[in-house]
Amino acid sequence: MNEMPNIEQANDMTESKISAKKVQVYYGDTHAIKDVDIEIQPKSVTAFIGPSGCGKSTFLRTLNRMNDTIDICRVEGSIKIDEEDIYDPKVDPVQLRAKVGMVFQKPNPFPKSIYDNIAYGPRIHGLARNKQELDDIVASSLQKAGLWEEAKNRLDEPGTGLSGGQQQRLCIARAIAVSPEVILMDEPCSALDPIATAKVEELIDELRENYTIVIVTHSMQQAARVSQRTAFFHLGILVEEGPTQDIFTNPKDKRTQDYITGRFG
Amino acid sequence: MPVIWLILIVLAIAVVGYVLGRGRALSSAGGEPIKLHSLPSYYGSNVAMKVVVPAFLILVVWLLAQPLIVNNSVSGMIPESEIAEGSSRSLVLAEVRRAASGLDNAVAGGLMTEEFARNARADFNDVTQRLKDAGQIVTSQITQPVLRAAQEYRILNATGNLLMSVAVILAALAGAAWGVLQTNSHFRARNTVEQGVKVLLIAAASIAILTTAGIVFSLVFNTFEFFRIYPASDFFFGLTWAPTFSGRGGNSELGIIPLLWGTFYISFVALAVAVPIGLFAAVYLSEYAGPKVRAVAKPLLEILAGIPTIVYGLFALLTVGPLLVSIFGPDGVGIMQAGTAVMTAGLVMGIMLIPFVSSLSDDIINAVPQAMRDGSYGLGATKSETVKQVILPAALPGIVGAILLAASRAIGETMIVVLGAGAAARLSLNPFDAMTTVTAKIVSQLTGDADFSSPVALVAFALGMTLFVVTLGLNIVALYIVRKYREQYD
Repeated sequence: MNEMPNIEQANDMTESKISAKKVQVYYGDTHAIKDVDIEIQPKSVTAFIGPSGCGKSTFLRTLNRMNDTIDICRVEGSIKIDEEDIYDPKVDPVQLRAKVGMVFQKPNPFPKSIYDNIAYGPRIHGLARNKQELDDIVASSLQKAGLWEEAKNRLDEPGTGLSGGQQQRLCIARAIAVSPEVILMDEPCSALDPIATAKVEELIDELRENYTIVIVTHSMQQAARVSQRTAFFHLGILVEEGPTQDIFTNPKDKRTQDYITGRFG
Repeated sequence: MPVIWLILIVLAIAVVGYVLGRGRALSSAGGEPIKLHSLPSYYGSNVAMKVVVPAFLILVVWLLAQPLIVNNSVSGMIPESEIAEGSSRSLVLAEVRRAASGLDNAVAGGLMTEEFARNARADFNDVTQRLKDAGQIVTSQITQPVLRAAQEYRILNATGNLLMSVAVILAALAGAAWGVLQTNSHFRARNTVEQGVKVLLIAAASIAILTTAGIVFSLVFNTFEFFRIYPASDFFFGLTWAPTFSGRGGNSELGIIPLLWGTFYISFVALAVAVPIGLFAAVYLSEYAGPKVRAVAKPLLEILAGIPTIVYGLFALLTVGPLLVSIFGPDGVGIMQAGTAVMTAGLVMGIMLIPFVSSLSDDIINAVPQAMRDGSYGLGATKSETVKQVILPAALPGIVGAILLAASRAIGETMIVVLGAGAAARLSLNPFDAMTTVTAKIVSQLTGDADFSSPVALVAFALGMTLFVVTLGLNIVALYIVRKYREQYD
């Protein structure tokens, strides 16, 4: 985990999972995101970095239409996932969010048992035909999230009773349980200590085998450790996007260089 | 000197003290406020506080104590022989006070000189005649001891008032001197004022608590009195409520069960109306409504809480009752005799309680962290799934608290019951029968002209005590639940 992950140059050749063109986001009169074009590769980790208020979280939330829950927010441009425009009026945002899961900055388990936290999504979407299938989904989600060994004997206990890092892995397991294709993570480690952070990063690296992951992070080391591609946002503009190694060793834009060398932000 | 003048004088001294204290503090620092320990206004407030607090304390204590002392000494002047058959000492004392105030008014009207009013050798026939001429209504004849007592009463009160004024003003001046003298640039006026503010707040809180205790005590004594003359077991377990006002209420049957049954039945109907409607309204307002709708709808809903209950009572009597009769009455289903019924009162009371439930629940639902909603939406849940499975369970303890508070309102409600449910105490399961509640019966027991020593009147206190215990219990449970809920997200 301490060295740079291998950059799979071949990624550039494959068809992208998410394709955003000329995306604009407005909060009331504020123009928060300007002309963002980005291609996100399938089964890889893409990191969004940038100083606070640069719009990276806002852009992340447009990818599963979480911004719809904010009244004054307006999105323009086109965002396609698997060639389907997610802002098409025919698209049901609720269905979209089952396909594009999300993990939040602060662990937010529901005030329910660990089991019910994981079973929440599958129950809503009717993914299990009987109790046995539901049990299997819960177990496999917890296993994939690396929480099974710690939680298997306390599935009936409240999810809020777990430690911060365990809670965040519970939230990742909860997202996995509805079998999404894309998982969005909004600074998933910012409320965690270094050991819990290391576990979550390890988990992200494993999840990349099956899921397309987009992660917003404040820590450039974290972006370097877990991502294959990195996008640098500044003042609502996507300044530079490319293979993580290139961004950190050979940035093309002066602003990117200033940011990663710590001259601002 | 009238008390209002005394208060104004003390306040004037306080203002002067404020200015002096502030000025002295400033001059002790050579005119540079930065060298003072506290802001200059704190030094002024310190002096003003030392003027007002002791002076007003003396004033209040004096005002409470003087009538007791004067009455006591005047009372000793009235011989036993003066107290007529069937009368009592307190009635004669009231007579004395009336005569004294008659003398006061006569002097104020210029019909009598002060010397004459005080003349101990005055002929009481002459005084009576003069008072009657002056238009000061006095009982047919003032007797010699009563006149002497009235004169003594006036003298004692005048002396007392003079002494009080002197004592209060002296205390105010002494306080001002103390405050001004201790003022110098090192004096910690800010801390002293802070202490004063704390004491003021403690005093306000204690008055509220002591009043509650006072209410309970006033109920307790009369309740004991009632249980001395009426067996407690008949009261608590009697199935009939039939007070008779004849024979000093001796033959009354005063069982609380029919009243409690009516209370709980009507409250149950009210909650069955208020809880679902209020809760759904709260969910709509907090989760679905846009900011514009919410800004209009929430105050409108809360207007319901501001309508006086007597107006709801009229609504029950004139609108809801007849409407129900037209459906369930003799011309319809045939199970309702008249407009006054449990259902009428319950429905209207339910409408009254909607804003209680919705407003409290709305606050509680809003207190559920946004992260819970985000988590649920992020998993592809719809709004109603999120409300049902995440928000309501998380807010449930608080909502239960809101419902229990509404329940104690329902149990204590009177006017709607009087107008909507009738006055017949009855044990029945039919919600279209007239019934009555504990509170409505308290009103009817005390508004008659029953003697306060008969069980028929005293039972009101026992009823009130029972109600107090029930609603207190409900409130304690509600507070306990609400507090437990608060701990969850902290």
